[in-house]
Amino acid sequence: MSKTKLIVIGNGMVGHHFLEYLAETGQVNGFAVTVIGEEKHIAYDRVHLSEYFQDSTAADLAMSTAEQYAAWGYDLRLGVKAVALDRPARCVLLSDGERLAYDKIVLATGSYPFVPPIPGNDRPNCLVYRTLEDLDAIREAARDASTGVVVGGGLLGLEAANALRGLNLDTAVVEFAPRLMPVQVDHEGGELLREKIESLGVQVLTGRATQRIEDGINARHQMVFQDEKKHETDLIVFSAGIRPRDELGRDSGLDMGERGGIKVDDQCLTSDADILAIGECAAWNNCCFGLVAPGYQMAKVAVATLTGGDALFQGADMSTKLKLLGVDVGAIGDAHGTLSSGARIFRYLDQISQHYRKLVVSADGRRSLGAMLVGDNSYYDTLMQYYSNRLDLPEHPESLILPMHNGGAPAVGVDALPTTATICSCHNVTKGDIVACIEDGKTSLGEIKACTKAATGCGGCAAQLKTVVDHELAALGMEVSRALCEHFDYTRKELEHIVRVEGVQTFKELRDRHGKGLGCDICKPTISNILASIWNDYVLKQEHVSLQDTNDIYLANMQKDGTFSVVPRIAGGEITPEKLIIIGEVARDYGLYTKITGGQRIDLFGARLNQLPEIWRRLVDAGFETGQAYGKSVRTVKSCVGSSWCRYGVQDSVKLAIDLENRYKGIRAPHKLKFAVSGCTRECAEAQSKDFGVIATENGWNLFVAGNGGMRPRHADLFAQDLDTETLIRTIDRVMIFYIRTAERLQRTARWLEELDGGLTYLKQVVLEDSLGICADLDAQMERLIGHYQCEWKTTLENPESLKRFRQMINDAGDDPRVVFTQERGQQRPATEEERQVLIPAIAL
Amino acid sequence: MNTASHWMGVGHRNDLIPGAGMGARVGDCQVALFWIPELDNQIFAVSNYCPFSGVHIIARGIVGDIGNEPVIASPLYKHHFSLLDGHCLEHPEVALETWSVRLQGEEIQVLAKKSDEVAA
Repeated sequence: MSKTKLIVIGNGMVGHHFLEYLAETGQVNGFAVTVIGEEKHIAYDRVHLSEYFQDSTAADLAMSTAEQYAAWGYDLRLGVKAVALDRPARCVLLSDGERLAYDKIVLATGSYPFVPPIPGNDRPNCLVYRTLEDLDAIREAARDASTGVVVGGGLLGLEAANALRGLNLDTAVVEFAPRLMPVQVDHEGGELLREKIESLGVQVLTGRATQRIEDGINARHQMVFQDEKKHETDLIVFSAGIRPRDELGRDSGLDMGERGGIKVDDQCLTSDADILAIGECAAWNNCCFGLVAPGYQMAKVAVATLTGGDALFQGADMSTKLKLLGVDVGAIGDAHGTLSSGARIFRYLDQISQHYRKLVVSADGRRSLGAMLVGDNSYYDTLMQYYSNRLDLPEHPESLILPMHNGGAPAVGVDALPTTATICSCHNVTKGDIVACIEDGKTSLGEIKACTKAATGCGGCAAQLKTVVDHELAALGMEVSRALCEHFDYTRKELEHIVRVEGVQTFKELRDRHGKGLGCDICKPTISNILASIWNDYVLKQEHVSLQDTNDIYLANMQKDGTFSVVPRIAGGEITPEKLIIIGEVARDYGLYTKITGGQRIDLFGARLNQLPEIWRRLVDAGFETGQAYGKSVRTVKSCVGSSWCRYGVQDSVKLAIDLENRYKGIRAPHKLKFAVSGCTRECAEAQSKDFGVIATENGWNLFVAGNGGMRPRHADLFAQDLDTETLIRTIDRVMIFYIRTAERLQRTARWLEELDGGLTYLKQVVLEDSLGICADLDAQMERLIGHYQCEWKTTLENPESLKRFRQMINDAGDDPRVVFTQERGQQRPATEEERQVLIPAIAL
Repeated sequence: MNTASHWMGVGHRNDLIPGAGMGARVGDCQVALFWIPELDNQIFAVSNYCPFSGVHIIARGIVGDIGNEPVIASPLYKHHFSLLDGHCLEHPEVALETWSVRLQGEEIQVLAKKSDEVAA
C-alpha cells in the first residue's frame, strides 16, 4: 500500500501539535510526512518567549526533539523555506532548490510581525519580536544600549517591553491608540494599566503615531511623532501586530480571506481539496486567530479531515487571561459590550488597590456576554464559566465582580458546571474529560494532568483543575481523605509540622497525642522517616526499631528470597584500587553475587540475615560506611570525571560530587534522593534526570531540581545559574529541607514540584528570595541533620542490643532452609521454584 | 508421656523486642514471635513461613492493627496476617499456623503440637 505524501509546511506551535495529534491517531504509517520549518530551531513555545531572556534556553522552550520526530517517522527539514506551491504539478518548491511531490499539504506558516511603513524603520537597531533569532538580535543590540522603545502597546508589545526591561534598558511603549491593549480593555481599564506599568518604571506614550525615525543626538534614533514631539532611543522593537504568512496560498491561486489569510472551511480545507491550512495563516469566516488554543483545535480538525474523522472547526473563543509586566489582564467574550444589542454593564473600579472589573450581561440580566479584568485575575475562572457555559447568573450579577471581603473571588460550584464545561482551553479539556480520566482509575492530580494534558499549557487553569478533581473524586465516592491511615487523621506534611513544632521524639508520643491504635505498615515507616528527617536519630534504637520498613529494618535491601544486598558507600563513584580489592575479597569470601549499580557503586547480593553483621564488620573495619541503598534517603551523587582528567571539563565535578555525597549522606526524606554532577554541558553524569542535578559552567554551577528517572521520568528544572560552590550548597540545603517539610508520603521531588501550588516560580521565591522568611530555619534544620550523622552500620556493630535482632532464630544458629542458590555466569543466584524442587527433594529444616 | 502437646522453651524474654518480631525454632518449624506490650503484654506466635514469597520472613514484618485486629505485614509483598488466628486479610483462604505462647518466669515457652516433635 503506498503512503500518502503529506507535507507540513511550518514547524511552529500549531504545526507541531498537528504532528503530535497525527501521531496519536496511530495512523501515521499511512503517511510519508515531510516537515518544512523555516527557522533553524525545532518547534518552540512562542507564548513563553520572554522567558528566553530570563533563564530559559532554546532547548528549554523546544516543544519536541529531532529524535521524537524521527521516532514518529517524520522527515524534518529545518532552516529550509517553502517558496512556492506548484499545484498543477503537485510539487512544493523549496529554497534549496528541491522539488517535493505531494498528495496533501498542511499549511501552518503562522504570521510575520507587522512593521508600520515608517521612514527609517529599516535602520540598524530597529528590530521585531517574534522568533528566537529576533531575540538574539535584540539581546545583541541591547549590549551597548541604555534605552529602548517598543512600538505597539498590545499584548505582544507589553511582552516585548518586559523583555527590554529585563535587559536593563530604560523602556518606553509607544501606542497609536489612546490607551494600551485597546482590543482587550476599555478607557478605565487602560488608565489603570498605564498607572501600573508606569509604576514599574516603563514610560507609556499613547496616542502617538510615529512619522519617521532619524539619527538621534544623544541616542542612536530619534522618533518623530505626528505632533512633531520627539523621543530618543537606542533600540526600537516593532510589536505592532501580526499578519498572516499567506503568500504561498496567494501566489498559488488559493482563495483568500477578506482581510488576508488563506480561506478555510469547517474542515480546515482550502479551496484546493488537497491543501489544508491551520493556525494564524488560516482565515475561517474571514477571521484569523492569533491565539494557540484555536490553532490547536484547527490542528485536531485537520488531522480528522486527513484520517477520516469528523471533527469540525466552528470558530473559537478569544477570551484570554494574561499577566503582562506583572499586571493581571483578563478579557472574556464581548468584553466591551459593543457586539450585542441591549447589553447591560456592571463596573467596579478601585483606584487605590488598582483593580478594575466589568461584567457585560444580556438585556434580561440572565446571561453573561463577557467580562473585563485589570489588576486581579482571580475572578477570571468563575466569570469564564458563567460565560462559556451560558449559566444563569446569580440574582445579583454584580456579586461576581464586587470584592469578596473575606479575600478571594466567589467560585461557581463544580456541580453547576456541565460536563461540556471547558476547564483547560489550551488543550481543550472539559469537565467530562476529567471525570472520564478519574473513572479510568487516575486519582491523583499529577496523573490526571499527564492523562488529559490539562494545566500543562499556559498553566492558568491549575487552581480550577484541582478544585474540579477534588470535587469529582468526592462525588464518585472515592476517598478524598487526606488522612495518612486509620491511625492518624493527618497528611504527612501536617504530621511533619507537628513533630517539628511540638518536638515529638518517638512514635509512641505522637500516637498517644494525635493518633490511635497500634499503628500499621503505612504510618510506622512514614513517621519513623519524619522523625529521622528532623532528628536524625539512630533508627535501630529500641523506640524506633519496630517502625522500620522492610529495607531499613536490617539496614539492607531484602531480596525476593529473603537474603540481603550489601552496598558500601562509594561517594561520587570514586574508589581506590585497594578499596576495590577489599570489596572483591568480601564478595569472594561470602560467595556474594556482585554487580555494579546505576548509582556508580557496587552491590553484593545473597547475604543471609545471620551473616550481615560479620560482613559489615569487615567493611567498616576497612574504612567503608553504609551506602544506605535502602530507605527513603540520600542515595548517590553520580559524577563524570570532570576537569581533572577530561579535555572538556570546566569544573572539578568529582570533588563536588564527593563533597555533596559526604555532606548529605545519612539524611532521610519523603522519598529517595539521587544527585549527579556533570563537569560540562555534555552532561555525562545525566544530572538532568536527578532530584538535584548540577552542571558545571565556566562561572560556576547550574543547579537543576526535581528530575526523576524510573517509571515516570521527568526532566529537572533549571533552578539557578552560575552559582559558586557555597551558594550552590546552601541552595540545595534549602530546597531539600523545604521538600522534607511539604511533600506527601512517598512523593518523589518530581511529583512534589508538579503538585506544588505555584510550582517552580514559588519554590524559587521561597528559596532564592526567602519570600516566607524561613531560610534561616531551613538552614538550621540542615545543620542539625548533618551534625547528627553516623554510619548506621558502624553504630550497629558497636551496639549488642541492636545486633541481637540480626538472627533468623533466637534458639538456633540455622538459617532459612528455603534459601537455595544455583550458579549462573560464574556467580550465585536464587534458585527458581522449579530449580528448588530438583535441588532440595525434601524441603525440611 | 502421652500428651499430644507440651510447652517448649524457646528463649529468654530479653530475646524479644517490643513491637517487633523474632524467629524461633519449634520442632521442625520456624515460628515468628511478637511481643506487643500495648495488648496486655501478650506474645503472639505465627508461622515464620510466608506462603506468598515462599521463604521464612514473617518475623521481619511490621506489626500493626487493622480495624482493631492485630496484624503482621509480610515484608516482601505486604500481605497482612492476623496475629489472632493467622488468616490473611487479602486472601482469607490462606492462613498461617498459630501457636500458644507464655512466659514462664524469664523463659518464653511455646505450646508445641504433636506434628512439631522432632523425629527421634
